[in-house]
Amino acid sequence: MTGSLEPAERVQAVGPSGIRRFFEIAEERDDVISLGVGEPDFSAPWAARDAAIQSLERGKTSYTANRGMYDLREAISRYVGDRFGLEYGPDEEILVTAGASEAVDLAFRAFVDPGDTVAVAQPAYISYGPGVTFAGGEVLPVRTREEDDFRLTVEALETAGAETADLLVLCYPNNPTGAVMSRADLEPIAAFAREHDLAVLSDEIYAELTYDERDTAADASPGTATHASIATLPGMRERTIVCNGFSKAHAMTGLRLGYALGPGGAINAMNRVHQYGMLSAPTTAQYAALEALDSCGDDVEAMVDQYNRRRRFVISRFREIGMPCFEAKGAFYVFPEVPDGWDGIANEFAERLLRERGVAVVPGDVFGVGGEGHLRVSYATGLEELREALARIESFVDQHV
Amino acid sequence: MSEREVLELLRENARYDTADIARMTDLDEDEVADAIEALEAAGIVRGYQAVVDWDRLEDERVRAEVELNVTLDRETGYDDIAERLARFPQVKALRLISGDYDFDMEVEGDSIREVSRFISEKVAPVPEITQTVTHYVMASYKENGIELGDGEDDDRLSVSP
Ligand SMILES: Cc1ncc(COP(=O)(O)O)c(C=O)c1O
Repeated sequence: MTGSLEPAERVQAVGPSGIRRFFEIAEERDDVISLGVGEPDFSAPWAARDAAIQSLERGKTSYTANRGMYDLREAISRYVGDRFGLEYGPDEEILVTAGASEAVDLAFRAFVDPGDTVAVAQPAYISYGPGVTFAGGEVLPVRTREEDDFRLTVEALETAGAETADLLVLCYPNNPTGAVMSRADLEPIAAFAREHDLAVLSDEIYAELTYDERDTAADASPGTATHASIATLPGMRERTIVCNGFSKAHAMTGLRLGYALGPGGAINAMNRVHQYGMLSAPTTAQYAALEALDSCGDDVEAMVDQYNRRRRFVISRFREIGMPCFEAKGAFYVFPEVPDGWDGIANEFAERLLRERGVAVVPGDVFGVGGEGHLRVSYATGLEELREALARIESFVDQHV
Repeated sequence: MSEREVLELLRENARYDTADIARMTDLDEDEVADAIEALEAAGIVRGYQAVVDWDRLEDERVRAEVELNVTLDRETGYDDIAERLARFPQVKALRLISGDYDFDMEVEGDSIREVSRFISEKVAPVPEITQTVTHYVMASYKENGIELGDGEDDDRLSVSP
């Protein structure tokens, strides 16, 4: 950049994402089966789409309250209470945002001072690091391990030196690994956060997408879902911001709607940033979201059933192919290792697989420490494509390993 | 309820082999094979067919939905009439339904003439049948739960976060 439009140092510090390159290669050819997609292959439930259309027909095209429509906040309050045992009131403790992305970004901008340290459990969703950098903070990677099924442990926090951090970012179910954490797994993490006075940003956008058998639900949250939120553990509510949204479970990525939950003061601080930067989340999307919460539970369940079948299929195929793959129990990703005997790195495996067989996956490295030697494989794709993609991967592995 | 799960998968795609179904469920291959055998033996699964989009073939099939009204007498019931009609190979589906007419019959043939002839010569003369109304299928958009459109409208980015 020339002239006075010299990007700020914080912006220059963030390079293009590692995903970008694979996107560009994939775009070059038209026979690609993509398992690199981080969004559902379903469309939003029809009732939600219809509610959006109706809201437009009724001329609902103005800003809403900064915090989001009151009805929607009430519906969110009820929903997170019923499903996950999270108790947040619509007046002060819920903020409707343009996607979970905005909620995450607001949290960084509202709670990170220049020089603050933000511990991020990795492998992690690619936006956290840059978000922290833009807010002037520094990322402290906390490595989760395959031996632990990519669950975060206190040992990992200690090894990373996370006791000095100001904020800890968690994402369970996880993008990219598909890892989940039970209530029991979260307890020592919560104790660590309390002991070292860590605030927690818990990105729970995949909360509905858990596949554990229902009988383990007792181990999960006090709600009806198998997902456990760290904010429901003793002493955690006051130090946690929960982010969620409609992109994944409700297949509404393009509608850009999410929300943050937290204690009134914290949500107030986030709203202060939000009201100047965004004013309010998209109105049409808020109507769709309200309907999604009111009447689309069955649609979500049907999608979860589909994902679950594909998940089992994909995991067993990778194991048959000789690519070790732990039992991912959430989101719509699996995280297999490049096969034993492959002497290259994951990056190279992914690139050659794409060039030689037309299958796009994302190398684990781009998600931070702990991702090396792994591939993120999304099963948000029809079974026919998955079958074909896995057959191509098998032939690629047979040829090269 | 593993049989139920297998049944659902077969309905989704009868070409899933036992290995695929085993991979998608908690069952092993033998259990899947047993479940399929049991479903077939119990007459729950009656056959496997391709779902065809005839509009894409050169040699089009002519299909018609036929409404049938019947009168019953002491000797003849719905089942008797149904049995007589179901034997014709031209009849692809036959259902007793509630509402304005009694039977809903799907007929298939090589030409409109053939189908019309079949109805006027074989169906209409059945003494209990009082009325037939034939609707020729002009286009089909969904068959057996499968949409027949072009379908390939996945416009997601090929790689996304
Ligand atoms: C972990 C995680 N958080 C947040 C997002 C962004 O979600 P939204 O579309 O609601 O901004 C994604 C999308 O991939 C994600 O994987």
